[in-house]
Amino acid sequence: MKRLKNFLFLLAAVPVLAFASEASLHLDKAPVNLADQDSLQRGARMFVNYCLNCHSAGSMRYSRLQDLGLTEDQIKDNLLFAAEKPGEPMKVGMAKTDGKAWFGATPPDLSVISRSRGADWLYTYLRGFYRDDTRATGWNNTVFDKVGMPHVMWSLQGEMAPRYKKEGEHEVIERLELVKPGSVTLAEYDAMVGDLVNYLVWMGEPAQLQRKQLGLIVLAFLAVFFVVAYYLKKEYWKDIH
Amino acid sequence: MSQEVDGQKVDARKRRFLIAATSAVGGVAVAGVAVPLVMSMMPSERAKAAGAPVEVDISKVEPGMLLTVEWRGKPVWIVNRTPEMLDLMAKHDDQLADAKSEQPQQPNYCKNATRSIKPEYLVAVGICTHLGCSPTYRKEVGAADMGGDWPGGFFCPCHGSRFDLAARVYKNVPAPTNLVIPPHQYLSDTRLLIGVDPSTDHLQGS
Amino acid sequence: MSALQKMMGWVDDRFPLTATYKAHLSEYYAPRNFNFWYFFGSLALLVLVLQIVTGIFLTMNYKPDSELAFASVEYIMRDVEWGWLIRYMHSTGASMFFVVVYLHMFRGLMYGSYRKPRELIWIFGVLIYLALMAEAFLGYLLPWGQMSFWGAQVIVNLFAAVPFIGEDLSIWIRGDYVISDATLNRFFAFHVIALPLVLIALVAVHLVALHEVGSNNPDGIEIKKHKDPVTHIPLDGIPFHPYYTVKDIVGVIVFLMVFSAILFFAPEMGGYFLEANNFVPADPLKTPQHIAPLWYFTPFYAILRAVPPMFGSQFPGVVAMGLSIVVMFFLPWLDRSKVKSIRYRGPIYKIMLALFIVSFIGLGYLGLLPSTPVATIFAQVLSVIYFLFFLLMPWYTSIDKTKPEPERVTG
Repeated sequence: MKRLKNFLFLLAAVPVLAFASEASLHLDKAPVNLADQDSLQRGARMFVNYCLNCHSAGSMRYSRLQDLGLTEDQIKDNLLFAAEKPGEPMKVGMAKTDGKAWFGATPPDLSVISRSRGADWLYTYLRGFYRDDTRATGWNNTVFDKVGMPHVMWSLQGEMAPRYKKEGEHEVIERLELVKPGSVTLAEYDAMVGDLVNYLVWMGEPAQLQRKQLGLIVLAFLAVFFVVAYYLKKEYWKDIH
Repeated sequence: MSQEVDGQKVDARKRRFLIAATSAVGGVAVAGVAVPLVMSMMPSERAKAAGAPVEVDISKVEPGMLLTVEWRGKPVWIVNRTPEMLDLMAKHDDQLADAKSEQPQQPNYCKNATRSIKPEYLVAVGICTHLGCSPTYRKEVGAADMGGDWPGGFFCPCHGSRFDLAARVYKNVPAPTNLVIPPHQYLSDTRLLIGVDPSTDHLQGS
Repeated sequence: MSALQKMMGWVDDRFPLTATYKAHLSEYYAPRNFNFWYFFGSLALLVLVLQIVTGIFLTMNYKPDSELAFASVEYIMRDVEWGWLIRYMHSTGASMFFVVVYLHMFRGLMYGSYRKPRELIWIFGVLIYLALMAEAFLGYLLPWGQMSFWGAQVIVNLFAAVPFIGEDLSIWIRGDYVISDATLNRFFAFHVIALPLVLIALVAVHLVALHEVGSNNPDGIEIKKHKDPVTHIPLDGIPFHPYYTVKDIVGVIVFLMVFSAILFFAPEMGGYFLEANNFVPADPLKTPQHIAPLWYFTPFYAILRAVPPMFGSQFPGVVAMGLSIVVMFFLPWLDRSKVKSIRYRGPIYKIMLALFIVSFIGLGYLGLLPSTPVATIFAQVLSVIYFLFFLLMPWYTSIDKTKPEPERVTG
């Protein structure tokens, strides 16, 4: 067995030796905190105001926002633009073909976007738009080159311009610089995007808070079960040992 | 089981206790898994959303007219009964199976002569209590094919059950009971909400 | 006679209930020295039941339709009461099934559980493993995400590598020229009806064969050699019930703790149990940048990729992958050692087994990575080790220096 362990140890070293190659984009850490209901509520409002115009969240019902501490009346009065009843899913008014014509691709459904892209990618992406006049929309993005989506929140963030640096043969974007201020400061904008990403993470799996709570109960229960079953086993195995 | 194994005394009481304890906790575990499985067969959020209360504008329902709306996938009739209709309706109690609405086919607040909150408006689920067909609205008084003394009401084409304009069933027809009056309330003079009793908060149903 | 005894008597006259209970539980004598590795058989059975039960409830809400499938999974996750729990139980269960089965098979390799007279148990076991792989592969298409779609696309295209009939074969499997609604519908049928039936039948014969010859044990010796002269009960055997039932309950609880920890706190398991790309609906026009099968297939996928195309055909790779599983069937006859258990084997077998495990895990790791020249060389070396473990076995097991087996079980 000892020899086996040595081999397993050796094996663990293999990836370090050979495969540390995959170049990955630097992503900023998203401030995800699902316990922060205020942040989630602000994020929900952002989502309804800025995202739902073009994107749907077809698996998400408005009424589920009650899990975030909103009342049904609050949902009805403040968030229900594109639907009649809170029980309806977050559909989008725009036709699929329009989206394709305007942006080159149908804007994807965002119900589980946080699970496919990850929170950090979304956080970096939504803060990574910059002016690029070669693009039809006038916008490009640091983590999604030649993205079809325009910078929807530009009036908040303002306009960013890229600053380049040399990296070997290529010029790469080192950072973005504010060239035309928006209605909020960059720090405030980051916080707003943080709320939005927080909300997107929650929306990716609305049951996740309940899941973790239940998990603690189940594990505690199994611990009790273990003690009882262990003594039962011990009692019977007295016969054998 | 022998009382002695390999010269060791077996404490039968302790074993019985431990078996009972393990079975009890194990039973809880099995129930804990079974409950979510069983509950998953209850109406989903989609079904609940589809079955949410329906709000209807009744200002356009002219006297004598019937409006059908869908609630939980079922037709719900709203009939604006004229004074003449109400008049005729009160005169044939002897022909009805349950003229006083003793059967619990309506909420308590509709257990009255007109089976309604407001006398003129009938709100009823348009599903025959016999086998579930939807009866037709026959308001013509004395219609020949309904028998000369027909005071107006509903006729089920499937098996010939008859109901009057309060959705009360006639004697000697296949349908056993009056039509169902769904829970409903008036939000204003012209706005009707179907699916919620007046006393409760209308948001709880969803 | 009590009412219960009377009722049992009535049943026993018509159905061998008590006899079955005795034969398989209360008077099935298992070796007394089972260790940690012997939990995984009963755990595999537990997971099978769990998968069947949760699968039934998922079927109530899942829609095997390419237009509806993806959304119906999210519908289960959100709109169906407790749907998320049932779905995660099933997705976690799928991976845990393989964890348990791989450990169960490793146990067999360590203690020689495939050796005479248990060859058929082993063969049924390998068949179960094959059926399980098919079941998992078919089931993985059902969520209709990008990985579902492209994973199925790649695997079904392997069949196209078969000479002469390949192209027609792959079209026949798909029922279309690409993975499509027709494919989804038939995979669903196989996943929920055909293969579960096959699995249950195979598990049944696996157990019948086991109980016919009796369980092996960590010493790899036959407990039936030493029986009580009066009762004819093996001296080193103990009734499965109550001794191993109470022991297995403890094992089950520990397993459920691990299972719950994953299910409730990391159901995606860092992308190994549920892949991020599978939260994107299937798009036949857009291949994800990197397609890897789920972790339990990756050793075989790495073997497939390790073999270069020959004569302009992928077929040799497909054959190598097939052989890597087929060779397992011959294990009982490849092993020529005088002893069964690793405890009494010589150093050569121990080294070979360790190398085999390293190659298997290493291949599994490589199968997850994008193909690079370095990775391919590693995969080729590990594939050779994988096959040498089997092919050289008649030689190295016969020259290996073994220790004498004890007469009676130890520990």
